[in-house]
Amino acid sequence: MGSALDVHRLHFAFTVTYHYLFPQLTMGLALLLVILKTLALRTGDEHYNRAARFWAKIFGINFALGVVTGIPMEFQFGTNWAEFSKAAGGVIGQTLAMEGVFSFFLESSFLGLFLYGEKRLGRIGHWWAAFFVFLGSWMSGYLIVATNAWMQHPTGYRLNASGGIELASYWRLILNPWALWQYAHNMLGAVQTGCFVMAAVGAFYLLTKRDLRYGRTFVRLGVIVGVIAALLQLVPTGDFQGKMIAENQPATLAAMEGLFVSQEGAPLAILGQPDVEKRRLDNPLELPRMLSFLTYEHWSAHVQGLDAIPVNQWPDKIELLYYSYHVMVGLGTIFIAVMALSVFLLWRNKLFESRWMLWILMLSAPLPYIANTAGWMTAELGRQPWLIYGLLRTIHGASPRVGAGNVWFSLLGFMGMYTVLSILWLFLVYREIERGPEPENAQHAGETPLAAD
Amino acid sequence: MGTIWFCLVAVMVAMYVLLDGFDLGAGAIHLLVARTNEERRQVIATIGPVWDGNEVWLLAAGGTLYFAFPALYASGFSGFYLPLMIVLWLLILRGTAVEFRNHIQSPIWIPFWDFVFFLSSLLLAVFFGAALGNVVRGVPLDQTGYFFEPLWTNFRLGAHTGILDWFTILVGVQALLALMMHGGLWVQLKTHGAVSERAGKVAGKAWWGVLVMTAVVTGATFVLQPQVIANFHTWPAGYVLPLLAVASFAAVQFELHRKNERNAFLASCAYFLGMLTSVVFGVYPMVLPARNPAFSLTVQNAKAADYGLKIGLIWWVIGMVLVTVYFVYVYRLFAGKVSETPDSPGHGD
Repeated sequence: MGSALDVHRLHFAFTVTYHYLFPQLTMGLALLLVILKTLALRTGDEHYNRAARFWAKIFGINFALGVVTGIPMEFQFGTNWAEFSKAAGGVIGQTLAMEGVFSFFLESSFLGLFLYGEKRLGRIGHWWAAFFVFLGSWMSGYLIVATNAWMQHPTGYRLNASGGIELASYWRLILNPWALWQYAHNMLGAVQTGCFVMAAVGAFYLLTKRDLRYGRTFVRLGVIVGVIAALLQLVPTGDFQGKMIAENQPATLAAMEGLFVSQEGAPLAILGQPDVEKRRLDNPLELPRMLSFLTYEHWSAHVQGLDAIPVNQWPDKIELLYYSYHVMVGLGTIFIAVMALSVFLLWRNKLFESRWMLWILMLSAPLPYIANTAGWMTAELGRQPWLIYGLLRTIHGASPRVGAGNVWFSLLGFMGMYTVLSILWLFLVYREIERGPEPENAQHAGETPLAAD
Repeated sequence: MGTIWFCLVAVMVAMYVLLDGFDLGAGAIHLLVARTNEERRQVIATIGPVWDGNEVWLLAAGGTLYFAFPALYASGFSGFYLPLMIVLWLLILRGTAVEFRNHIQSPIWIPFWDFVFFLSSLLLAVFFGAALGNVVRGVPLDQTGYFFEPLWTNFRLGAHTGILDWFTILVGVQALLALMMHGGLWVQLKTHGAVSERAGKVAGKAWWGVLVMTAVVTGATFVLQPQVIANFHTWPAGYVLPLLAVASFAAVQFELHRKNERNAFLASCAYFLGMLTSVVFGVYPMVLPARNPAFSLTVQNAKAADYGLKIGLIWWVIGMVLVTVYFVYVYRLFAGKVSETPDSPGHGD
């Protein structure tokens, strides 16, 4: 069983990590597109409509890949995690089925109208199409986060006579407090991806001295929305997530922070390498008492370390969990600095001339992808060794009859296929950026030689 | 409650087959009915704005199956592991092809995606048919409620069946021919000129194939799955379903001759509806028949708890009302034949 389980885990981790590269931009851009369409409506300036049309093209490419890589996620609950599905399907099937019925139909119906129906719908109608695409994608995000939140912190269920899990309260499932904070935190992460990508494209135009008005619009919108999202990401949403974890998943908190020994006035590790065997943090760079303060708002509060928890309840990939969490928090802090500095320069009317800042904005585009991925790894590795926290262990969740050989077969297949999709995405998105928001005026609107490869 | 959800899931699956069926079928005849780049663009344009929404029926039906019959979802999806993974890859390729085909006007980019679209549609039709064949034939479930089928064993119907055996391959071929007919009628309805004419001819030829295969598969089904005869014997009113299938199948050929494109397509929809409801009626109360009937999954032993199913009824009905509104709106907006000129991408914009 051991080896098949590892491949099942790798299979899900790979496909879901890859999939989420697309929806985070989709959800972030959906909000920014609604803002652009609103600006167009309010100011009557065609510039914002053109800007929206440009981003709609990138949105369309990204959305398509989000859809095709998303279908395998729903299937895998059954194909790879049959015991989990059998146990929990009656509960989280609710949120997953609702996602299909309420979000996917809405998104898919209105995306076609948004992309192809601008003339036919008129100004107001097209704004609504953009809004419904936004609503569909954000609702889909909620229902998925609610599903995950139930696995992190099960609510609204009961155990029946034969030990099976049943839904007991629909509203406690839907309004799980864990889901509300996790959703807010997650969506702010998606918004930051959208903002950093938009600002990076704007910075690229400004640095290469082309499409200057669009460049300024993209940078301005990206950093203004971005600074708000970056701040809210830390406080209150990140803060509350941390407190929920401290309260409900103490082993997770200790492992995330690399806190091996319980103590009063626990320090916050900024850097350091966990040595799980010797149960210590090597080369620690720490802020004294900070962890106690952040978790319990008291400088000398007692924080549980891993030593207070039986080893069989420890997350099984402590090193990876520790690094995921630190990468997420480190990048989140950098995002606040980058966005705040940009907004400061914008306010002083210096941003568009500060080439060094534009360089930073342009090169930062991949970072929110890394931070979002690290955040989800923190959530998922942190929940281990549980699949449903406190109810079902991961070792009891996989499909009993699907052997490692078959799982490797499909995993390798997905790896190959997703490599092709990555190349297509990079190629097509770069091509749209290169053509720019006014392709009819561009000097080289024709085919790029790459098209012949 | 189990029976209600059995019917509701069946309705969603039927919607998927009717709607995504025509765009799968359009893909499977893509290279046959459209010769030039321009003609092929027209075929893709008939499904461009709707295929994604059609495919959502698969996801929504899957999600609903998951929540209403978790044990079936777990057992069926893990047992059909390999074919489902292949289906996923084909869906990925097909979606990518439709969406990316028109991005670059190059003499190798477009034909490449046209071919990918054609092949993935064709194979999906066969695999979906074979999957249905597996459900009708029964799978090697045991007392644990699980099974695992390799892609094929010896192509016979012994104790160790594979996904593909002579029966499921026959159903796969039937599905392919039926979807070619269905897609042909759709393309005929939605295009002008030579493409429309060729699509009608392909549909007419496929009709004869469907005739033969339906007879063969139906005969084999009665032999293989005794539950079917038993059900029709117990509830003779059920005969109305196969009668609907036969009558509408005849109507397809009749309307083709009368050149009534719209009615021909609608008759084909009714044929699919009749066939699918006959199958569903035939296997009830089983949701996944086992080779050994003692281990079959039924509406009773595979369903989720009643509280959740009752709650689900409320949001499902609300959701379906909304979905109907979206679909009526979108299909009306893109009603009529697609344009023959590429300047107005597909819909006379």
